[in-house]
Amino acid sequence: MSELAVNSEKTRENHPLGEYLRTDRFPHIWCSGCGLGIVLSAFIRSLLNCGLALDKVAVVSGIGCTGRAAGYLKLDSFHTTHGRAIPFATGLKLANPELEVIVFSGDGDLAAIGGNHLIHAGRRNIDMTVLCVNNFTYGMTGGQFGPTTPSAARSTTSRAGNVENPFNMVGLAAASGAIYVARWTTAQVRQLERSTTEALQRKGFSFVEIISPCPTYYGRMNRQPTGLDQMRYYRANTVVKHFASPHEVGVALGGQIVTGKFIDTERPYLPHPQEGHDGA
Amino acid sequence: MGERIGIEVSQAIAEAAMLSNVDVIAAYPITPQTHIVEHLAELVASGELDAEYIPVESEHSAMSACLGAVATGARTFTATAGQGLELMHEVLYVASSMRLPVIMSVANRALSGPLNVWGDQSDLMSVRDTGWIQIVAANGQEAVDNVICAFAIGEDRRVLLPVMVHVDGFYLTHVIEPVIMPDREEVDRFIPPYDYPLPLDTEKPVTMGAFAPPVLYPEAKKAQDVNLRGSMPVILEHWDRFGKAFGRQYGPLEHYRSEGAKTLLLTMGSIGDTASAAVDKMRDEGKDVGLVQLRLWRPFPFAEFRNAVRDADLLVVVDRAISFGGPGGPFCSEVRAALYDEEKRPKVTGFIAGLGGRDITVAGFEDMVARGIEIAETGTDQEYEIYGVRE
Ligand SMILES: Cc1ncc(C[n+]2csc(CCOP(=O)(O)OP(=O)(O)O)c2C)c(N)n1
Ligand code: SF4
Ligand SMILES: [Mg+2]
Repeated sequence: MSELAVNSEKTRENHPLGEYLRTDRFPHIWCSGCGLGIVLSAFIRSLLNCGLALDKVAVVSGIGCTGRAAGYLKLDSFHTTHGRAIPFATGLKLANPELEVIVFSGDGDLAAIGGNHLIHAGRRNIDMTVLCVNNFTYGMTGGQFGPTTPSAARSTTSRAGNVENPFNMVGLAAASGAIYVARWTTAQVRQLERSTTEALQRKGFSFVEIISPCPTYYGRMNRQPTGLDQMRYYRANTVVKHFASPHEVGVALGGQIVTGKFIDTERPYLPHPQEGHDGA
Repeated sequence: MGERIGIEVSQAIAEAAMLSNVDVIAAYPITPQTHIVEHLAELVASGELDAEYIPVESEHSAMSACLGAVATGARTFTATAGQGLELMHEVLYVASSMRLPVIMSVANRALSGPLNVWGDQSDLMSVRDTGWIQIVAANGQEAVDNVICAFAIGEDRRVLLPVMVHVDGFYLTHVIEPVIMPDREEVDRFIPPYDYPLPLDTEKPVTMGAFAPPVLYPEAKKAQDVNLRGSMPVILEHWDRFGKAFGRQYGPLEHYRSEGAKTLLLTMGSIGDTASAAVDKMRDEGKDVGLVQLRLWRPFPFAEFRNAVRDADLLVVVDRAISFGGPGGPFCSEVRAALYDEEKRPKVTGFIAGLGGRDITVAGFEDMVARGIEIAETGTDQEYEIYGVRE
């Protein structure tokens, strides 16, 4: 057996969630200290909490380090082109309403190149759950700044500090019409798991932002060179304020991170509930 | 005179844009183009380059922002690759038809799916008919020199067309090569100031891109084609001027031991270097093989091309893209079409190789030549062969 096969065999045996992972794709591409593993594990546990039949679950991702998750999950998954996870997921859900559709993608994918789709899926209230891993940068392409990068943060395209204003992702999702909106950091695994479970159970467009370390680029360029540094920063600067106005919780460089569940409501969603399907 | 230095080709391309005094850069990052735009961002941040760097949210926006900038009379540059070029697609046609000379370097990359970030020329071929002038660099020096030439060519009033300078992803973009970086003053002397004849200017309003019904549209399209074909002598003129000023002469084709050769390898891009090593080896073994590299893909240099292959019996054309269900690789189809009306024409065999970053070795070229000769001798009815692929 090759070393790779041995490792992947070991992961399957030793990792508590090994049976839900495509360990034959390991070693994965994520850097040590990256937050993506935490998010992926929390997501799998949330799925299990919901007691969903896993053959009715589909995970869609765009392109990016985060997007790679679709390839590591032993579920139906589709790795779409950059930015197009949400329209792909919309097609999936409307064509087969029985599927539980989850978009697992990065801040760049969902807010930059795919930003238009995010707001329209929210407006239509398409029944899907979007997990947006926000590491404040385009990790995959080498740490350029993007639409969530805080002002003054450094990146490979803003060496002297970002001069633009970032999006506040939860505010954007709420303004677009999402019926469930929450934010957590990777240092709040239990809350994240519980909240994702809720988001999965809601009917309509649910949005969970997960603030997550990218030590390789964002951290290193902003004085938090390890994943642990970033986790310590989260620990020291995070507050939980449920139902705070999502429009007033933007994240500034080095500033406080307001987390919690900001919106949990109901309104008519697509696809319309039908006999024999959900709701009826 | 410029100095010869060791530099990553991406950085050298960014510096060539800086030396060309670019005013506006709009770009979205994509592997393997990232080092070009990151270096440009650095040059702007450090004040070495006095330009606007617009980090837009997608390539579609990048090309659109470039059009806005260039239409006001600003010298404009961008870079992309693969999927990014695909996303720009509709705007590319607008650039050429509105005669807006954006200069762009494309770090050639394979197209999804499956997802692949490595080099081939699928992206290049997909924009073949967009009406841009297209130059394909075979090494770092050519990339630098042709970015500079692209500004002179594209902005020339007789041309006013956007220009792409293609460089192979990773094989060129990520390697450190010895490159002579020209001096700023030399480049200043070489590229005349950009003087767009009809800039968007509030004092003298013009409308661009207005609606053209059937009574106008075909004339507009014919004018565009006449203009692109007519750019050929101007391109040659600027290459000659460049040759005189910098001592490096470019033309639509590059010949390597091709004089009188009975078999000619035909390539585009950085594989030409490996192909030339294969030619040396085959020549040493007494085989009558030469190499012709195509540098100017659009407008296609028909006359020079026919001339270059006139005495050959066999052409072995290597494509790095597929035209699915079509007559072969796009380069090979072009070659066949260019020769069809010739009285005496060489036999043409097509190979598709090096897809998605797969290496083509010296032995690979030798193999394709041997196989090409075999096909020519025995005759097969297949249009092309996809080389070196497991069944
Ligand atoms: C059309 C297109 N443009 C650009 C890219 C290059 N690209 C790949 S991933 C990415 C950004 C990823 O950022 P994000 O979504 O935040 O994911 P992360 O890597 O940070 O997890 C970019 C720009 C691409 N693949 N396709
Ligand atoms: S580059 Fe950043 S986001 Fe990507 S795997 Fe590494 S640490 Fe994670
Ligand atoms: Mg990101």
